Amino acid sequence: MSLNRRTLLATTGAALTAGALRPAFAAAAAPIRIGEINSYTAIPAFTLPYRKGMELAVAQINADGGVLGRPLELLVRDDAGKPDDTLRLAAELVGEQKVDVLAGGYLSNVGLALSDFALQNKRLFVAGEPLTDALVWQKGNRYTYRLRPSTYMQALMLVEEAAKLPAKTWATVAPNYEYGTSTVKWFKQLLLARRPDVKFVADQLPPLGKIDAGAVVAAIEQAKPQAIFNVTFGADLTNFVRQGNTRGLFDGRAVVSVLSGEPEYLEALGDEAPSDWIVTGYPVVGVTDKANTDFIAAYKAKFNEAPKMGSVVGYSLIKSIAAGIAKSKSTDQDAMAAGFAGAHFATPFGDAMWRAQDHQSTLGTYVGRTALKDGHGVMVNWRYVDGASALPSDDMVKTLRPAG
Amino acid sequence: MLSTLAIQALTGLASASSLFLVASGLSVIFGVTRVVNFAHGSLCMLGAYLGWSVLSRLPHDPASFAAGVVMASLGVALFGAALEATLLRRLYRAPALLQLLATFAVLLVMQDGVQHIWGPADLPLPRGVWLRSFVPLLGERFPFYDLILIAIGPLVLLALWMVMARTRFGVLLRAATENRDMLSALGVDERFLFTAVFALGAGLAGLGGALSLPENSANLGIDLRVVTDAFVVVVVGGMGSIAGAYLAAVLVGVMQAMGILLLPKASLVLVFVLMALVLVLRPQGVLGQKQTQENDGERFHRVRAAPPWQRIAGLAVVLLALAVGLAGGDFARSVLEEMAIAVLFAASLHVLLGPGGMISFGHAAWFGIGAYAVALTTSTLAAPLPLALLAGVLAAGAVAAIVGLVLVRLSGVSLAMLTLAFAQIAWAVATQWSEVTGGDDGILGIWPPSGLGARLFFLLCLCLSVGGVLLLRRALFAPFGYALRASRDAASRAAASGIDGAKLRLAAFALAGAAAGLAGGLSTFSKGSVFPGSLAIFRSVDALAMVLLGGVQSMVGPVVGALAYTGLFDTLLLASDYWRALLGITLLALILWRPQGLVK
Repeated sequence: MSLNRRTLLATTGAALTAGALRPAFAAAAAPIRIGEINSYTAIPAFTLPYRKGMELAVAQINADGGVLGRPLELLVRDDAGKPDDTLRLAAELVGEQKVDVLAGGYLSNVGLALSDFALQNKRLFVAGEPLTDALVWQKGNRYTYRLRPSTYMQALMLVEEAAKLPAKTWATVAPNYEYGTSTVKWFKQLLLARRPDVKFVADQLPPLGKIDAGAVVAAIEQAKPQAIFNVTFGADLTNFVRQGNTRGLFDGRAVVSVLSGEPEYLEALGDEAPSDWIVTGYPVVGVTDKANTDFIAAYKAKFNEAPKMGSVVGYSLIKSIAAGIAKSKSTDQDAMAAGFAGAHFATPFGDAMWRAQDHQSTLGTYVGRTALKDGHGVMVNWRYVDGASALPSDDMVKTLRPAG
Repeated sequence: MLSTLAIQALTGLASASSLFLVASGLSVIFGVTRVVNFAHGSLCMLGAYLGWSVLSRLPHDPASFAAGVVMASLGVALFGAALEATLLRRLYRAPALLQLLATFAVLLVMQDGVQHIWGPADLPLPRGVWLRSFVPLLGERFPFYDLILIAIGPLVLLALWMVMARTRFGVLLRAATENRDMLSALGVDERFLFTAVFALGAGLAGLGGALSLPENSANLGIDLRVVTDAFVVVVVGGMGSIAGAYLAAVLVGVMQAMGILLLPKASLVLVFVLMALVLVLRPQGVLGQKQTQENDGERFHRVRAAPPWQRIAGLAVVLLALAVGLAGGDFARSVLEEMAIAVLFAASLHVLLGPGGMISFGHAAWFGIGAYAVALTTSTLAAPLPLALLAGVLAAGAVAAIVGLVLVRLSGVSLAMLTLAFAQIAWAVATQWSEVTGGDDGILGIWPPSGLGARLFFLLCLCLSVGGVLLLRRALFAPFGYALRASRDAASRAAASGIDGAKLRLAAFALAGAAAGLAGGLSTFSKGSVFPGSLAIFRSVDALAMVLLGGVQSMVGPVVGALAYTGLFDTLLLASDYWRALLGITLLALILWRPQGLVK
């Protein structure tokens, strides 16, 4: 078990000692400190593999001589999913620990709170997982970068498939906070643009982590939609799928579902994983390209388990920060805020870069269908969609991002 | 449409049964021991995890399922008995609220304990074929397991009724619920009775947790989700009444299911509105008995002004804060600001708890209203900082005064529960009215004007906090405060000498609300943002913990308590992944060491 902070610091420390023996480090090279805040106790299914992904990247980078001749050091904090606590931790990391880069976030509201803190304190913040568009567009600022494909990008990737379906009436179900409402908003807008004949007949917005699945499923059933767009994840998704299976909600209906193809959510469904849902996710058992398989092999060698989507995000986050610092040639906050733009970095999904126009990375994700194989949910018929191909035109980005 | 409503109502009935099992346990425990068990949701969570461990090892047939559920329930009952015998038993003679704080500490420890044993990931129970089956009903597929749940509620109700009506244990239980002191005067061994009752209540909670497994995975969020709902059910049904708990569970369960169908955007607020309505119209709950006014052993001493050494110490603390805040970095300042805000917040609650003699479980309401008023006036009206803070004070004070009109008619636990209901309504509004409040995303970017500078804002924060506390103290040593205490200690004698107790308590509410609103407003500027968390039940418990930790007998108590609590919290949060367990254990140690508070 290398889950708690002390083990993490110890392993990081060991990596540093090993690295320090190499000639690449100047004798007294002070480490570059990355302060990372995430909802470890609130969303463990995603964040624990994510933490391992970060550890792996830090170890690899330090073994290769660090960044700017300095080793990386990772400090990890748990915000328990509460934005108020996040701000307290950010102040501690910046004020006491003197970290060079703030990173992290899972829930979109926590990400937005950190981004506002970054702007106010003129500190670089690199968001890994928070998916809301506001982070790079409406409320985007020069100190905030975001790695994962946003709600707009995920919705667009899925709309490509959804528009091909014959369904004319749709119901949506989404957790009632920024991520959920924003994904539903984009899905509706983008689908209606391609299919003006489509109608949305029911919208369910259960509170995050508190879905009353039986009642929600019955309420959707009552609207008799031909297709369903799902945005719930984690425990909410498990409960929703179980009630839906028993009550026959998914029989004869197309389902389009965000993130449900990610191993952390698909595996929890066990043999009740749905078949033929159109999803975004990570087909970890199916990929064969070198970048993916190298990463999977290194991850398995270190942790003795298969990586999940969170592992990819954590790994790529550290890689993207290292590349940004290397390109900025400094850990000065303003130099990094400007220098990250345009930096290329390697991820398990291939090369990606930080866009200059909105500080969104071009990391993409996989789109495919779910299937049941040997009592477990898997992704089939998948293809990788590069993030760069799922973003609006630069002119539209300009109107969406007042900060410029 | 009619068949849709019927299906929805049946779905509501199924969740009502789970709710009833948990709430009946809470109700029985409260009825006999007068402990408001905050850890009741944790017992339910333990039932779910134990159930998962047992059931995932058993074959997937109905008989094994039943056996596994019973085993899990018995396991939780044993745990409950042990908890009562080792911890709560020591606290029955302490101030009533301290037991609440102790169970809150248990909740914290159990969160970390369960995570340590079972790991942080959700544990869904693999469902056997019979658990996935359905029956055709009104043209829909209705889960077979939901029908079983619907039947279990009334069956457990019947079983409990038989125990209550037909056994000696039941007779003793009912007697203890009605008059505990008389029962012990008659020579009945209270200790055994209390332990048994706690085991029964815990077992029921564990049963509810284990039975929820086919529809909800065992996860670490169960405790909090369940405990607030259970409070609502117990209060609506009547504290200590089991039939009332069933009725209320059905009411709440069906209302929630219907709310999801008809008003999906307002589903959170409905149940708390119901709770508030019931408390206003019938404070004892639908089927509750009027409680005989019991003196719960609380003795208030005459409040004296602080002795010179405490004043000097206080001055030294303020000077130290000033020096550290002005010389130190941003982080030191943000910690000190948080402490200053906590001190004012705790002192404002003290006005109600101590001199006012009114228990408030919902003090976060005023804090949050102040915080949101400041954020909204700043973001939408671009009000300058002083006006925004003033708006926060006035908004919180005014709402407290209006709600106080209803609150001051009640007393004891009913009053406490109504304050909780109101705070939860405010929280639900902040969470679901996202057009105005931003919902869970909160309102961001409310920093003090850049011209003010971080040091000046810190000074302002410190001055307003210290000034606010001194003003509250002034009010309590003025004739107003003496009259308030007179009315608390001897209501009829105070009334005979011309003191209008209700009016004084109303004034106290407005005063405390305004001070808490100021604390909330300062916190908005200090953190640059406000979230629904500032109104959540945990904010209220934080305030209670601070006051009780310090002691309710003097004005120094809440100040010391606030400093100790925030200090502890900040240190532990950074020191360990198991900060919740450590905080809980420290709280328990302090409670057992100093039941009257750190300051006597």
